[in-house]
Amino acid sequence: MRPKALAIGCFALATAVVLSGCGSDTASGGKTKLTIGLFGNFGYAELLKEYESLHPDIEISDRTASYSDHHKNLAAHLATSSGTADIEAVDTGYINQFKATPDKFVDLNTKGGDQLKDRWLSWKWEGSLSKDGKQIGYGTDIGGLAICYRRDMLEAAGLPADRDAVAALWPTWQEFMDTGKKFQEKAPEGVKWFDGGPTVLNAIVGQASVGYYDKTDKIVVGENKEIKDAWDMVVKGVQDGLSAKLLYSTPVWNTGFKQGQFATVTCPAWQMAKIKDQSGPEAAGKWDVTSVPGGGGNWGGSYLTVPKSGKNVDKAVELAAWLTAPEQQAKVFKNAGLLPSTPKLYEDPSIVDYKNEYFNNAPIGKLFTDAAKALNPQYQGPKAGDIQTAIGNAMQRVEQGKQNGEESWQQFVGDVQK
Amino acid sequence: MVLMDKTTRRHRWDTKFSPYAYVTPYFLIFGVFGLFPLLYTIWVSLQHRNLLDEGGAYLVWFDNYATLFADPYFWNSMGNTLSLWMLTTVPQILFALGIAALLNRKVRTRTLFRMGVILPNITSVAAVTIIFAQLFGRDFGLVNWVLDLFGAGQIDWQAGTATSHIAIAVMVVWRWTGYHALIFLASMQAISPSLYEAATLDGASGWQQFWRITVPLLRPQIIFTTIIATTGNMRLLAEPLLFNPGAAAATGGSDRQFQTAALYLYEQGFTKYDFGYSSAIAVVLAIATIIVAGFGYLVTKRIQTD
Repeated sequence: MRPKALAIGCFALATAVVLSGCGSDTASGGKTKLTIGLFGNFGYAELLKEYESLHPDIEISDRTASYSDHHKNLAAHLATSSGTADIEAVDTGYINQFKATPDKFVDLNTKGGDQLKDRWLSWKWEGSLSKDGKQIGYGTDIGGLAICYRRDMLEAAGLPADRDAVAALWPTWQEFMDTGKKFQEKAPEGVKWFDGGPTVLNAIVGQASVGYYDKTDKIVVGENKEIKDAWDMVVKGVQDGLSAKLLYSTPVWNTGFKQGQFATVTCPAWQMAKIKDQSGPEAAGKWDVTSVPGGGGNWGGSYLTVPKSGKNVDKAVELAAWLTAPEQQAKVFKNAGLLPSTPKLYEDPSIVDYKNEYFNNAPIGKLFTDAAKALNPQYQGPKAGDIQTAIGNAMQRVEQGKQNGEESWQQFVGDVQK
Repeated sequence: MVLMDKTTRRHRWDTKFSPYAYVTPYFLIFGVFGLFPLLYTIWVSLQHRNLLDEGGAYLVWFDNYATLFADPYFWNSMGNTLSLWMLTTVPQILFALGIAALLNRKVRTRTLFRMGVILPNITSVAAVTIIFAQLFGRDFGLVNWVLDLFGAGQIDWQAGTATSHIAIAVMVVWRWTGYHALIFLASMQAISPSLYEAATLDGASGWQQFWRITVPLLRPQIIFTTIIATTGNMRLLAEPLLFNPGAAAATGGSDRQFQTAALYLYEQGFTKYDFGYSSAIAVVLAIATIIVAGFGYLVTKRIQTD
């Protein structure tokens, strides 16, 4: 009897192993298991739990990678049609590459997306719409723009620290740079005015009416005077010694927050969660937020896409629609600071009156909804993300003293035309 | 009679064919994971092919190669590859010989030391690179701190071509020297002590014995390690990639100053999704590796056994 029982036991065990091994679609107890692939901080942890309790038949697991790893892995997984999560987040910098091959994704318009269209800012909706009218992603957040600054450092250099007074120092970027020169004269040891040229430049580019591309997908950055003027101004700032010469989203930049190497940093809304994570609790109340020079602009923001290779496409679409609904975007704004892409919330008092404790109780609700309303959407071409990397490298060449502004600009323009 | 006839026939069949059966698994695995990818890469290199849109691929024959040979960034990356090959392979083998010679003596706890030299090799390359990148940091790096004590000032290791190559070479040499040292050590122990005794009687110094006996007798191992190190160092990817993490990682520095050919391949294939071009780089890099390994073989072969 016993050997037989053992054999049955082994068989059952083996079956269980096999089932769990390939059972990415059905979890124990007949639940549907959904995976969601994210990068950075989407503020979804609690929302996913809430969704599970609302839908007892669904189990969600999320995986988070770094910004560039996430998008590279997604491309590789899409290419082989395997390994994609049921929902994959895509950033603005990459959405144009992915929407160029819309057949890899579920066309959300065929799943009721066209009914939801009015939720979003129209430019956000169009951002993930392919040329042949397929909708590959639901918008999550938008960047908006603001400036985060260290109150203690500005005070130490004899500048005002109050956020309205600070905003009055820099109606334009030129005045931002001029204020920087004043700051640098009396700055605390080892502190620079801004984190790095590429960060500032990205913000100014985000405010321009035309960025790297015109609407026919032609790269026009070489002839774009607005961008070239911004370039020259930032190069001048670097030469005046205002830059801590740290490239954004790198480990040394993270260290820069911790060590307090710079007094200001350009703050799209999603940056605030990063600043808080990197600066740590000891910097609470030292950071504050105020409006950005030069008016509204966008940098970043994301979409949730549903790859076609997923096993539970319909359930995934449902979840993506729920996560990007105004009610959920409001919660994300409050816990992670991501600026909603749904204009309905810009009038909502619970958003508009929201203040952030870490940033010295800054009225970020008012600040960012104003920024979103002032935002002048800019057309993003297919390789906007690559060009952003190239211009960042170009600015770094100037910061590292490898080239002067003009040489570096010429090389950048040549690189992106290829 | 019949029975015996049958066994001999089976025996003959056995001796004739079973060796092939024994080596078959290797060739099957090599075929699937070695030869097929190689041939397929050559095939892809003749196409215009986007990673995300394989349906839209079409044959362009040698267009990718023509573009490649006229591409200054490719030659830049090949130059960086050769420079890093020199900076890693030569010190690696010289240090390994020295360490092996030291470990071959009668020192206390030498098993501990012998095990210790292999430790860098079994640590994760990603972890090692991230830590080394911090050591070579511009503002808060340990290396700059030490240099500062000697009044050498702050070096922006990533910014310069030479400085970035040195930093990357240090990571590679640190990781692989112990591995080669163990190979040398094993062969040193096989050298007959009588040779050294005779040399001592003839009045040869330790230094002379090392260069005249040890090194010549290690010639086969030196050739082997040179080739292994060459094939490894010609396709350096993880170190230059992780030396500069972030969105611009694949360009290997602001002016591609430490972008190796393998990293250029990665940039073209996985950030620009141009698989045809990236495969062409892979093919040219493979040929270059064979040439450089051949060169290394010719140089090390000249070690004389007197």
